Amino acid sequence: MSQLIKYYNYRLDTQKIAPTFGIIKKMTMSDIKALEDIVVQTRRDILRMVHKVNSGHPGGSLGCTEFFVSLYHEIMELKEGFDMDGAGEDLFFLSNGHISPVFYSVLARKGYFPVEELNTFRLIDSRLQGHPTTHEGLPGVRVASGSLGQGMSVAIGAALAKKLNGDGHLVYSLHGDGELQEGQNWEAIMYAAGNKVDNLISTIDRNGQQIDGPTAEVLPLGNLNEKFTAFGWDVLEIQDGNNLEEVIDGLQEAKKRTGKGKPVCIIMNTIMGHGVDFMMHTHAWHGKAPNDDQLETALAQNPETLGDY
Amino acid sequence: MKKYIDQGKNDTRSGYGAGMTELGRSNPNVVALCADLVGSLKIETFIAENPDRFFQIGIAEANMMGIAAGLTIGGKIPFASTFANFATGRVYDQIRQSIAYSGKNVKICASHAGITLGEDGATHQILEDIGLMKMLPGMTVINPCDYNQTKAATLAIADYNGPVYLRFGRPKVANFTPADQKFEIGKALLLNEGTDVTILATGHLVWQALIAAENLENQGISAEVINIHTIKPLDEEAVLKSVKKTGCVVSAEEHNYLGGLGESIARTLASNYPTPQEFVATKDTFGESGTPDQLMDKYGLNNKAIEEAVLKVLKRK
Repeated sequence: MSQLIKYYNYRLDTQKIAPTFGIIKKMTMSDIKALEDIVVQTRRDILRMVHKVNSGHPGGSLGCTEFFVSLYHEIMELKEGFDMDGAGEDLFFLSNGHISPVFYSVLARKGYFPVEELNTFRLIDSRLQGHPTTHEGLPGVRVASGSLGQGMSVAIGAALAKKLNGDGHLVYSLHGDGELQEGQNWEAIMYAAGNKVDNLISTIDRNGQQIDGPTAEVLPLGNLNEKFTAFGWDVLEIQDGNNLEEVIDGLQEAKKRTGKGKPVCIIMNTIMGHGVDFMMHTHAWHGKAPNDDQLETALAQNPETLGDY
Repeated sequence: MKKYIDQGKNDTRSGYGAGMTELGRSNPNVVALCADLVGSLKIETFIAENPDRFFQIGIAEANMMGIAAGLTIGGKIPFASTFANFATGRVYDQIRQSIAYSGKNVKICASHAGITLGEDGATHQILEDIGLMKMLPGMTVINPCDYNQTKAATLAIADYNGPVYLRFGRPKVANFTPADQKFEIGKALLLNEGTDVTILATGHLVWQALIAAENLENQGISAEVINIHTIKPLDEEAVLKSVKKTGCVVSAEEHNYLGGLGESIARTLASNYPTPQEFVATKDTFGESGTPDQLMDKYGLNNKAIEEAVLKVLKRK
């Protein structure tokens, strides 16, 4: 297995990521295939992590896998290693912290910490807390999240610091759609537009599900595109957030729209539980782990690509 | 006893404003945030001199705390300020998760703390903020006593790396600490030596404790007065050293006796040196409208209340 990991790290080193502003790199078929492999492996990681401790949030994690892989392996300009200030690189903030499994897997496989550490997810004395935190010093995480609705404010603060520092890099954030029911988001949405925080790209995971059921039933969100537009954001939609090329195109388009006086919002339509047939189109797997048989079925639908941790 | 001279009444919030003016000139990493209360927080000069380093957030305190947390990522030292009620209770979870648990170097600077906010009444007064903030792991809690000390504390917290709650007030009160006195976080200040009783006071109650000590001296009672400007971390060494000498203690604060300075002292004493203690504080109540002086009198937060508490605790020795 360690050989597979070495091979994987070698592949990462040879991948030319980190495109600069305004220059859109054309993806080749082999590039896409390499990213698809990471997506499938990430799904395996998510499933195995939550299964092992019989807790955690697979549904949203699986739905956002293409987004995370695109962001970290194709879109963001990142430095070697990790420091809290993140000067001279793009930053990402996860607001809906419960989808920590996908975040941890992508961070580990990007090289922020050893992939073997995914074994410690939610265990005592672990850096991989149930929800992401800086408290245990996990590289790649810059703020605690989990109590919902706080991430956009933090992302705005980091974006303002970049402007003050003359750092032209971007700040990305991800939010659940149900999370938008928290009022603090709308304070942040109003502020970002009113103050032209145009180095910020906030993505909404529009999977239409939350713990108690469909968002349309729990508390309808209405037309999010119109809401963000009315607040003064530049809004674009990704119709299929589980289509890798579409996600990459959408993120590239969002990057092109930064620096023009408006914060950029991506409404990304995803399917909660994507990649595992019995987890899709339901809120049932929001915060539930598969049992042994279910894991076997789910893993069979996502055959090993880069090597399990 | 040593005489303390009021150099001229001034409000502690103006001490904060003066500290911010100085930080604006001396520390380029300091940035200021405010939630639509610039005039009340006295930061107009900082804003005029550093417009790029000021963020007017509007009436959105939760967003302000999150933005402050984000600004630290990039090396800024954010001073987020509003009324104490809106800087603590209203945004407790934002402070807890995005600032305290995340270990962010944010300075939460809260004016109009306590009952001396006065006429606006209980919706705007807060008597629970010390308790709320001191319970957060890693949070430093400071309640300076006058204009000079608030200015010095404002400067000192910029040089300290970690989340801080700095609490000050609205009314003009005696300004009696030396203008050049350095502020040392966590280091209590012995203001008057005494042998019969220890008075441990914080914030506006420090001046009241000095008046009380003078009146008690006239009755033949020797009161030691210590200014506990830092409630967390508490200077336990100074507290225990004094109490071991006097054998009884009165705590005095403009705060609920549940969760305030008095409880921190009681815990220290119970663990190390059980001692009779009386609490000058509000007694699990909301405030109301009135002038600051009327409210301090009605809720037992002045020199008179401290003197009565001393007489009571002396009988329990």
